[in-house]
Amino acid sequence: MVSTRFKTIQSAFSRHRWRRFISLLSLSCLVTLFVAACAVSQEDLQQAEGGATSDDTSITVYTALEDDQIGDYLTSFEAQHPDIEVNIVRDSTGIITAKLLAEADNPQADVVWGTAASSLLVAEDRGLLEPYAPKGLEAVNPRFRDSANPPTWVGIDVWMSAFCVNTVESEKLGLPIPKSWADLANPAYKGHIVMSNPASSGTGFLSVSTILQNSASEEEGWAYLDALHENVAQYMHSGSRPCRAAGQGEYPIGISFGYRAVKQKAEGEPIEAVFPEEGSGWDVEANALVKKPVIKEAAKTFLDWAISVDASEKYAQNFAITAVKTDVPPPEGFPANAEAQLAENDLKWAATNRDRILEEWTKRYDAKSEPKS
Amino acid sequence: MALTSSRQRTGSRDRAFFIDTESWIMRGLLGLGIVWLVVGVVLPLFPMVTRSFQDTAGTWVRQANYVRYLTTPALAQSLTNSLWVAIATTLLSVGLGFIYAYALTRTAMPGKKFFRTLGLLSLYIPPLANAIGLIYLFGNQGLITNGISGILPGININLYGPNGIILGEFLYCFPQALIILITALNLTDARLYEAAEVLGASPIKTFFTVTLPSVKYGLISALFVCFILAFTDFGVPKVVGGNYNVLATDIYKQVIGQQNLSMGATISVFLLVPSVLAFVIDRIVQRRQTALVSAKSVPLQPKPKPVLDWVMFGFCLLVVLFAFTVFATIILASLVKVWPYDFSLSFQNYSFRGVGGGGYAAYWNSIRMSLYTALFGTGIVFIGAYLIEKGRGLKGVRSLSYFLSTIPLALPGLVLGLAYVFFFNTRIWWIPFTGIAIYNPFHGLYGTMAILVMVNIVHFYTVCFLTATTALKQIDAEFEAVSASMSVPFYKTFWRVTVPLSLPAILEIGIYYFVNAMVTVSALIFLYPAKLPLASVAIVNMDDAGDIAAAAAMSTLIVLTSLGVRLLYSFLTQGVRKRSEAWLSR
Repeated sequence: MVSTRFKTIQSAFSRHRWRRFISLLSLSCLVTLFVAACAVSQEDLQQAEGGATSDDTSITVYTALEDDQIGDYLTSFEAQHPDIEVNIVRDSTGIITAKLLAEADNPQADVVWGTAASSLLVAEDRGLLEPYAPKGLEAVNPRFRDSANPPTWVGIDVWMSAFCVNTVESEKLGLPIPKSWADLANPAYKGHIVMSNPASSGTGFLSVSTILQNSASEEEGWAYLDALHENVAQYMHSGSRPCRAAGQGEYPIGISFGYRAVKQKAEGEPIEAVFPEEGSGWDVEANALVKKPVIKEAAKTFLDWAISVDASEKYAQNFAITAVKTDVPPPEGFPANAEAQLAENDLKWAATNRDRILEEWTKRYDAKSEPKS
Repeated sequence: MALTSSRQRTGSRDRAFFIDTESWIMRGLLGLGIVWLVVGVVLPLFPMVTRSFQDTAGTWVRQANYVRYLTTPALAQSLTNSLWVAIATTLLSVGLGFIYAYALTRTAMPGKKFFRTLGLLSLYIPPLANAIGLIYLFGNQGLITNGISGILPGININLYGPNGIILGEFLYCFPQALIILITALNLTDARLYEAAEVLGASPIKTFFTVTLPSVKYGLISALFVCFILAFTDFGVPKVVGGNYNVLATDIYKQVIGQQNLSMGATISVFLLVPSVLAFVIDRIVQRRQTALVSAKSVPLQPKPKPVLDWVMFGFCLLVVLFAFTVFATIILASLVKVWPYDFSLSFQNYSFRGVGGGGYAAYWNSIRMSLYTALFGTGIVFIGAYLIEKGRGLKGVRSLSYFLSTIPLALPGLVLGLAYVFFFNTRIWWIPFTGIAIYNPFHGLYGTMAILVMVNIVHFYTVCFLTATTALKQIDAEFEAVSASMSVPFYKTFWRVTVPLSLPAILEIGIYYFVNAMVTVSALIFLYPAKLPLASVAIVNMDDAGDIAAAAAMSTLIVLTSLGVRLLYSFLTQGVRKRSEAWLSR
C-alpha cells in the first residue's frame, strides 16, 4: 500500500520533469532553428547586401514638390512612358530628407525629385546618392547643378525668399509696405514680423545664410539679424507658415518664399509678394539618384525626363526660374528678370557652415526667447 | 478500501495533469506577451539608443552628443518650460476630468449619454485641426480675440506661448484622463456608501474617505498619463508654441530641421527619464491597491440631488461647449473661401480635387487601418493586462511585462516612428560585439499595412493597458480563487467572468484605438508607404501646402466618422452590455 503510493508519487514527479524536459528541448530546438535560419553566411552577406530584387516597371519617387503641381507634371511622364509605374511619396523637405537618412541601410526610394539641394547635400555627405548625368544635362544652367561630373544632383527650378505682406492689416496698422531687408529692421515693424526658424526650416536657414553671405562682413550680418530679432514676433517651425500667418492676418509680414506669396495672392488672400531690393536668398529644387545595390533603368529614365524641355515648361508655369531655360513667361507676381533678383549664395559654403551658423543663431535668439506670459 | 484509494488516485492524477497543462498555457501566453513587447517596444529602441552615441556619419562618439546637448544654453530653458507646461496641463486636465467623470458616474445628472460621448469629442479631432481651431478662435485675428468682428468685447489670451500650449494640450489630455477616470469611478461598491450614510458621515467626509481612496489608482494613472503626454507631445507646441521652446520641439528641430538623427535620438533618451521616474512612483503606490468590487459587490445607483446634479450639468455643458466651439470653428473653416477675409460658404473643399494627400483613398485607408488597430489592439492589450494582473506564477516575467507595457507612453510618436524605420527597415542585423549577422525576420513588415497597425497598437498601448488594468484590479481575486478550486481553467473564467465584467472597459479601449488611429500623425509620417496614403497625414500635407480649408474638411470627415462609429458601436453593443451588467444589479 505504502509502496504503491510512493511509486505513484514518484511517477507523477518524473512525468512532471519529463514534460518540462520535452518542452525545454523543443523550445531550444525551435530557437536554434530560428537563429540558424536567420544567420547569414559570409558569401551570402555580400550577395544579400546587393541582392535587392529589381522590378523595372515601377519606381518609388520621394519629392518635396507641392502636391498640386505633381499630378500635372506627371501627366507628361506618363504619356511618354506608360509602362513605368511611378509611386510618389510627398512630404515637406525636412521629412523627406529625414526619411532618406533613416532608411539609409535599405533605401526605399529610387529617385529624389524636386527636393532642396541643401538637403541633398546632407544626403550626399552620408553617401546616399549615386552620381548620374541625365540626358540633356548640357541644357541645365551650371549655377543650378552640382559642379562635379557626373553630378550628384541636378536642379529643376529655383525658389527664392520673399516677404508676404498682408495689405489689409498693414493699412489698418498704418505700416508702409517694406521694400528691402533693411526696411524690416525699422522699429515701426516691432512685433509685426514672423519668419521661419532656421533651426527647424530650410527656408529660415536660407534667409539667415543669405544675409550673412551678402553683408559686408559676417559680424555686420549678425548685427542686422540682431536688429531684425527685435521686430520678430515669432520664429515658426515651417517654411510656409509665416506666409500663411500673413495671409490669415495673424501677423502682417511673413518672411517666406516667393512661390507661396504668389500662390496665396492668386487664391484671393490680401497678400503682396515683396522681393527684397538687396536680393533674395535662394535654393534649388533638385533631383538625385538614390544609391542602391540595384539601380533600376526606369529610375534613370525618370531623371532624364525630369530635366527635359517638356517637363521644364511645366515647371516654368509655377516658377520664375527653371534650370533648363524655357520660353514660358514667368508666372504673374514674380519680377520680370527673376534671375537678377537672386543674391549671392554659395550652397556648398552654407552646407559646410550650417552647424556653426545655427549654433550661433540659437545662442543669440532661441535661448533668449523668454515666455511672454 | 483498495477501490476507494484507486479512485482517489485517478482523480488527483487528472487534476495534476489539468493544472499542469493550464499553467503551461498560461506560461506560453505570458511568453508570447513578452515576445510581442520586446519586438514592438524594446528592440526598436536599440538602434535609436545606439544612434545617440554616434555622430551623423555613424562613427562612435560615446557621450559627445549628450555633452553637447547638456551644455546647450537652450536646454535648461526647454526643460523648465516642458515641466511647467506638463504640470499645468496635468492639473487642469485631471482636475476637470475628475469632476466630469464624477458627474457621469456618481450623480443623477440629466443627459449623461450625451455628455459621455461628447466629453471625448476633442479626442476625435486631429491635433493639427485642434490647433487650427485654436488659432481661428484665439489667434491675433481670432473670433474670440476680436469678439466676433467687434460685436462682443474681445478677449486676448496671448495664444502663442505657454497659454496656447496648455490650452491645446488640455484638449488633447482631457479625454485621455476622462477615459481612465470613468473606468475607475464606474466600478464601486454601493455598500460602502450605504455604510457611510448609516454611520452618519457627511457627503464631504464620504467623498474623502470612500470615493477618493477607491479611485486612487485611477487618479494616479491619469496624472501619470497626462503628465507624460503633455511632456512629450510636439504637435501643439510646434503650431501654437510661438517662441516657447520645449524638449519635444527640440527633437523636431534636430530631426526635421537639421536632419541630425543622432541628436534627435539623444534628446529622445532624455524624454525617457521622466517616464521611468513616473513608473517607479506608480509601482510603489499601486502595490497597496486592493480590489474594490468583490463577488458580493452591489453597483451604485446614484440618487438624485437636484442642486449637485444641475451644478454638474452646468459644468459638463461648459466643458463640452468649449470642445464643441473648437470643432464648430473647424467646420466653419472647411466651408469658407478665404479666412478671415471672404466668408462665402461652399462645399467645394470636400471634393479634395487639386489638393494633395490622396483624398478619399486616404480616407478609406485610414478607416481600414483604424479598424484593424481597434480589433487587434484591444485583444492584445486586454489579454496582456489580464495575464499580468490575474496570472499566476512567473512573477518576474509579469513585472517585466508591466514595465514594458508602460514604456510606449513615454515615446513621442516621432521617436517611435523613427525607431521603427531603423529597426524594421534593415535587412541584416549585426549582433553587437560578436560580428555575427542575421537576417531580420521582421523586415517583410516594412512598408505594409501591418507595420502601420503595429506602430499604432504600440503607440497607444499604455493608456489602453492602464484602462484595462484599472478595470481588472477592481474585480475581486476571489473569482479566480473559486474557479481554481473548482478546477475551472483560467481561460474559462476569463471568458465567462472577467470579459463580461470588464466589457465597458474593453469597448472603451476599442473605441480609443479606433479614434486615435484615425487622427495620429507623428509615428506614421515616417512609415506610411507610397501606396497607402492616410487621411491624417493628408491633413498635415494640405495644411502645409496652405489648403487649410481642405485640411479642415478632411478633419471634419474624420471627426464625424469617429463619432458615427462610436454611436454605431454603442448601439450595436447595447444588448451585450445590458446583459453583462445585468447580473451585477440587485
